[in-house]
Amino acid sequence: MRAFSDLLEQLYYTAGTKAKAQLILHYLATTPDPDRGWAIAAMAGTLRFDFFKRNTVKKLITERVDSELFAMSYDYVGEVSETVAHLWPEFTPDKTLPSLSEVVDTFANVSKQKVASTLANYLTIMTPSQRWALLKLGTRGLRIGVPARSIKQILAEYGNQDITEIEKLWHGVTPPYTDLLAWLEGNAPKPDISNAVTFHPVMLSHPIAQSDIDDFIPEQWQIEHKFDGIRVQLVCNTTKEEPEKALFSRTGDDISHAFPDLLDSVNANMVVDNMVLDGELLVMHNDEVNTFNALQQRLNKKKPTAALMKTNPAGLIVYDALVLEGKQLTDSPLVTRRKALEAWFDKNGIQEQDNKSRLHLSECLSADSPTELKALHKRVCENRAVEGLMIKRSSSSYVPGRPKGQWYKWKRDPLVVDAVMMYAQRGHGKRSSFYSDYTFGAWQDEQLLPIGKAYSGFTDEELKKLDNWVRRNAIGRFGPVREVKKELVLEVAFDAVHPSKRHKSGVALRFPRIHRIRWDKPANEADTLSNVKALIEQ
Amino acid sequence: MTAENTIHPSKWMKTDDAGLYCVPGDFYIDPMQPVDTALVTHGHADHARAGHKRVFAHPQTMAIMTTRYGDDMAEVQIPVPYRESVEFDEVTTTDSNSASTEQGQRKIKVTFYPAGHILGSSQLLIEYAGYRLVISGDYKRRHDPTCPPFEVVPCDVLITEATFGLPVFAHPPIEQEIQKLLHSLDVFPTRCHLVGTYALGKCQRVILALREAGYTKPIYLHGALLKLCDLYEREGIALGDIIPVSEVEDKASLAGEIVLAPPSALADRWSRSLPHVRAVLASGWMQIRARAKQRNAELPLIISDHCDWPELLQTLTEVNPSEVWVTHGREDALMYQAQKMGFKARALSLVGYDEAAQEE
Repeated sequence: MRAFSDLLEQLYYTAGTKAKAQLILHYLATTPDPDRGWAIAAMAGTLRFDFFKRNTVKKLITERVDSELFAMSYDYVGEVSETVAHLWPEFTPDKTLPSLSEVVDTFANVSKQKVASTLANYLTIMTPSQRWALLKLGTRGLRIGVPARSIKQILAEYGNQDITEIEKLWHGVTPPYTDLLAWLEGNAPKPDISNAVTFHPVMLSHPIAQSDIDDFIPEQWQIEHKFDGIRVQLVCNTTKEEPEKALFSRTGDDISHAFPDLLDSVNANMVVDNMVLDGELLVMHNDEVNTFNALQQRLNKKKPTAALMKTNPAGLIVYDALVLEGKQLTDSPLVTRRKALEAWFDKNGIQEQDNKSRLHLSECLSADSPTELKALHKRVCENRAVEGLMIKRSSSSYVPGRPKGQWYKWKRDPLVVDAVMMYAQRGHGKRSSFYSDYTFGAWQDEQLLPIGKAYSGFTDEELKKLDNWVRRNAIGRFGPVREVKKELVLEVAFDAVHPSKRHKSGVALRFPRIHRIRWDKPANEADTLSNVKALIEQ
Repeated sequence: MTAENTIHPSKWMKTDDAGLYCVPGDFYIDPMQPVDTALVTHGHADHARAGHKRVFAHPQTMAIMTTRYGDDMAEVQIPVPYRESVEFDEVTTTDSNSASTEQGQRKIKVTFYPAGHILGSSQLLIEYAGYRLVISGDYKRRHDPTCPPFEVVPCDVLITEATFGLPVFAHPPIEQEIQKLLHSLDVFPTRCHLVGTYALGKCQRVILALREAGYTKPIYLHGALLKLCDLYEREGIALGDIIPVSEVEDKASLAGEIVLAPPSALADRWSRSLPHVRAVLASGWMQIRARAKQRNAELPLIISDHCDWPELLQTLTEVNPSEVWVTHGREDALMYQAQKMGFKARALSLVGYDEAAQEE
């Protein structure tokens, strides 16, 4: 527990992916099994249960600390776990602090009645930062700025393997990952996960270039809509005694818990066997696609309520199959995979534009010439639910990663507005000490209201100029945030605007980035909020 | 002590825009504006300002003030060593309550005692009209090789600071924090460890703690820290091998070294010339994660020259005054706690003690 707490402590404050990775690598190399595996699980969010409830913690502290003093402290600290970690009044340091795995085992086996007293005993032998680590670990509230994907990257580096190898294995192995770590250290064979429901690294596309459009030869390509949802993989195995189903994000995070409605729709009435489908997750009302904003509401909820699933039902537009009915298809060309997919939809009685199914087959579009392709792009982009076109080589086999010349995405042109810089904040990593994160606003009468924040789209040279401008034009400070004179116009590009209750302006931009810096433009000529609102998709 | 010739301190200690004022003695304690007579508890800028006519302070505090503000920082400078007293004649007022009416003029006697905060830091005992009032100034109760320890001075009224006046504040031993820094140097041997420390007190204490932990390599200093380090050395506090960063020609050679700078320099352009900086910040505020994060500290060291909560309570118990006045900091919690412990307690709000501007 001591080493784990030290690691968290350092990770919490360390900025930059590389430095964090270094700390974790150091930990992996110096910590024995099974502790290090549990630590990985805690960081990657793969622990299966809460050790104790938040309420248990609150009850324990209110039994021990004056409620007024607790309230004043909490008000200042701003977070319960940390307040409790500092306020816990008993401290009997124990030289033999239990190991992380002992803690995990204890809470896994302790009876419900003894959870609170067990936790209290642990808190008493720990230092404040160890207590904080335990409280965060136990309620699975660990946020240390290391996403699951980075953990995999670090494991890959640790074992000198490619990350795709880790990703292939990841969902077939379980904490404390002793077999995985032994393999990475060269002390054991690769874990066998042939029968497990696992994530398969996905194939990605390149942005299309003008020359690709000009050279378009109709019969060589499969054209589909590009939808504005999230890329997911639906993996099922009904050959097991206990059929397993899972939904993974494109980075391999298991998001099954958030989409039970979709998973339930793959039921015993269907021919499934062993299956891996690649598709776009969306909120769909029958075959009608809702906005990304509607999906966002589902993504934000770990466990959706029945009401939310009813108003925002999840659907999947399937565009590829890696495994169907137990047959591996990744080495077959796209045209073959597509035929297999169509046959599977047929076999399961799912018609195109089926109103009841949650699964929908991605529609194939056609264009007979480069000119027609351009016209098609223009036509589909009129539909705001569509983000553009996917153009895939019919002969492409399914290769994880981003192979060249196989798949192209042709996004709609971004929307742009002229906004005024309002606040700036320093960046991280190589940009630390540079003001590189900008909040910008649009006019409402005489007032600017913030509409978004962007930290990309400019060159290093432009960054230097922007940083300099911020320093010379700062007029206020709120913690790390500098307020600047409302004088610099930024042309901001983004993919969509959504109504938002969270922001005072009432709008949220999707993927905003700096398109151009309008050194020349007076701030009062920037766009108004109503200009921005007019771009909201209906 | 009879009722008619005693006057409760609440009648003769006042606060105004300049700070804490002793009415019969016509002097201020740590005033924020230029005044005729100032008694200064210690050299931090939120206590010691330039431009007063007369300054009374411990000789080391006086040396700090002249180092910072120049030899002419006050027209008259009267050094007062620990446990020595100065007397002020009572200013005759029209107040009928004045104690001088029957017995001729009385004196206001002020005695300086060590406060354990930084070099020269003092508590002030004011004796007048049958009462003993102690102004703690900033203080701590832990060992500090740069100054003698806080002395318990019995009194009727204790004016205590409450910078870290919340039960969440319990500062770990400095040795433990220094080990964190040394461990980080092990894990990041190629990164320049830039430690943000206040120029006065914290800087020298961190250097000494590093030396005590066996760190004998040179320690590099930002220019703003040099003058006060020199002063400490002149006062007989050996800091070992210290080198100004400005004298290092090849800044890349500072990889894996410890550089000390004022906290403001951490995010400043100045730090860009240093190789692969790891931002370390030594301050009592570092105990609260979000605070440390806001300050962009990658490695926060909880090192404070103030009392933590247990030390504040220890002091109340040991000094055992009949009344506690709580000043700058989180007064609410300490007042609440003092009342729970049976003391009469009130808050004394003073101007100018802003957390952000506060030197520790």
